[in-house]
Amino acid sequence: MDKTLRRGPERQLGVKNDTKSVFFININVNSLCVCVCVCVCVCVCVCGLQYDLSASTFSPDGRVFQVEYAMKAVENSSTAIGIRCKDGIVFGVEKLVLSKLYEEGSNKRIFNIDRHVGMAVAGLLADARSLAEVAREEASNFRSNYGHDIPLKHLSDRVAMYVHAYTLYSAVRPFGCSFILGSYNKDDGAQLYMVDPSGISYGYWGCAIGKAKQAAKTEIEKLQMREMTCRELVKEVAKIIYIVHDEVKDKAFELELSWVGEVTNGRHELVPKDIKEEAEKYAKDSLEEEDDSDEDNM
Amino acid sequence: MLGETEPQWLSEEVKTGTTIIAIEFNGGVVLGSDSRVSAGESVVNRVMNKLSPLHDKIYCALSGSAADAQTIAEAVNYQLDVHSMEIGEDPKVRSAATLVKNISYKYKEELSAHLIVAGWDRKDGGQVFATMKGLLTRQPFAVGGSGSSYVYGFVDAEYRKGMSREECQQFVVNTLALAMNRDGSSGGVAYLVTIDEHNTEEKVILGNDLPTFFDQ
Repeated sequence: MDKTLRRGPERQLGVKNDTKSVFFININVNSLCVCVCVCVCVCVCVCGLQYDLSASTFSPDGRVFQVEYAMKAVENSSTAIGIRCKDGIVFGVEKLVLSKLYEEGSNKRIFNIDRHVGMAVAGLLADARSLAEVAREEASNFRSNYGHDIPLKHLSDRVAMYVHAYTLYSAVRPFGCSFILGSYNKDDGAQLYMVDPSGISYGYWGCAIGKAKQAAKTEIEKLQMREMTCRELVKEVAKIIYIVHDEVKDKAFELELSWVGEVTNGRHELVPKDIKEEAEKYAKDSLEEEDDSDEDNM
Repeated sequence: MLGETEPQWLSEEVKTGTTIIAIEFNGGVVLGSDSRVSAGESVVNRVMNKLSPLHDKIYCALSGSAADAQTIAEAVNYQLDVHSMEIGEDPKVRSAATLVKNISYKYKEELSAHLIVAGWDRKDGGQVFATMKGLLTRQPFAVGGSGSSYVYGFVDAEYRKGMSREECQQFVVNTLALAMNRDGSSGGVAYLVTIDEHNTEEKVILGNDLPTFFDQ
């Protein structure tokens, strides 16, 4: 399939035989060269035809395909979840280990944005790193201009605006990552926001992004997070990551856990080693219990 | 007549040679100022209100060059308007003070104005910030302007922690009256603004209603 993005006025002679295959001949008036673009689409409406080549084009049914493709890029990455409880936020990321040669703890997917704000990402890691820098600059400028910590809703609105700007022009591509921002302070309590490649930000009690987000959301909905404390929640987050991890398709994984809340005095930190080990043990034990109970049923 | 030049006050900078004061109490703040604007030896305005609103519950007291102080106050008023809409709630007093401080510090060679920022917010209640020459410090009370030099002894001796709203208002009025009596660049009427959680009250105390002391 040979696709070339042509700028400038184009005349397209489309000869549509049936819904199964379409032939286009593109004539660029300026350069008088003829490019034959052959596009064979099997299914009816899922392929964007010529409407998916740039983010500056709407499709006839009102979709911007480039943004949707960016969201698919997020769904290819491994899962990240964030849950808000009554006194803080806990992030958990399933970090797939593709090679035994990787150094343990490299390629972190949880970032510190400011003392009090943490960010967990899913999708293209390079895109996410650049957005983390943008978020850090926003938080730093706010602190410099106004003298106090940036409120999380404001930070999430500002970064979402930035992500949205990249969905408007054909010269750039949308960011291929979603991320979850969380913070805690004594006056406003715990807050959790998620931003996706389309540039929308929502506030959540619990959310999941990445390949197993549906399964993770189901597990999160079972929790009574409004009554839990961070210490109890850490174990549940570890358990959910272990549950949604697919042993068959993806082999080894590292669990990244971080939290911010009253227990850390409002600072976003990685969960200390001993608490993390306790949480992983709880997660592995509860998985075994479920396996056992499955066997009984058989 | 040959060799007659214009009066000196036409070429002097207009200063709000002034007395300003702000004090915090449990649940709010009281700001006070005199009302004299001088250009050299001439009084250009004898009833100027030097307590300028930055937001509904944040005021600042102006001193130094009248133009510089007013410009800073207007600029910060605008910035706070935008800021409060962006964050969707009332701004913190610290934000207002930081904005004033940023301008005062960045242009400290060009400007000569000292603003005292005081107000009430949901997080820390009543707060008073001094921002002279680009510093930022929170204090229980602050005095400024040319008349303040004459009353440092009085405020240091008379201030007590935990004064009530009425005691604070009386303290402010007394301080202003004493300073206005001794400082040539302060005088006129006294303006008072009291800010708390529920409302912002502006008051004027005319010359003959000001407290009198031993020599009056």
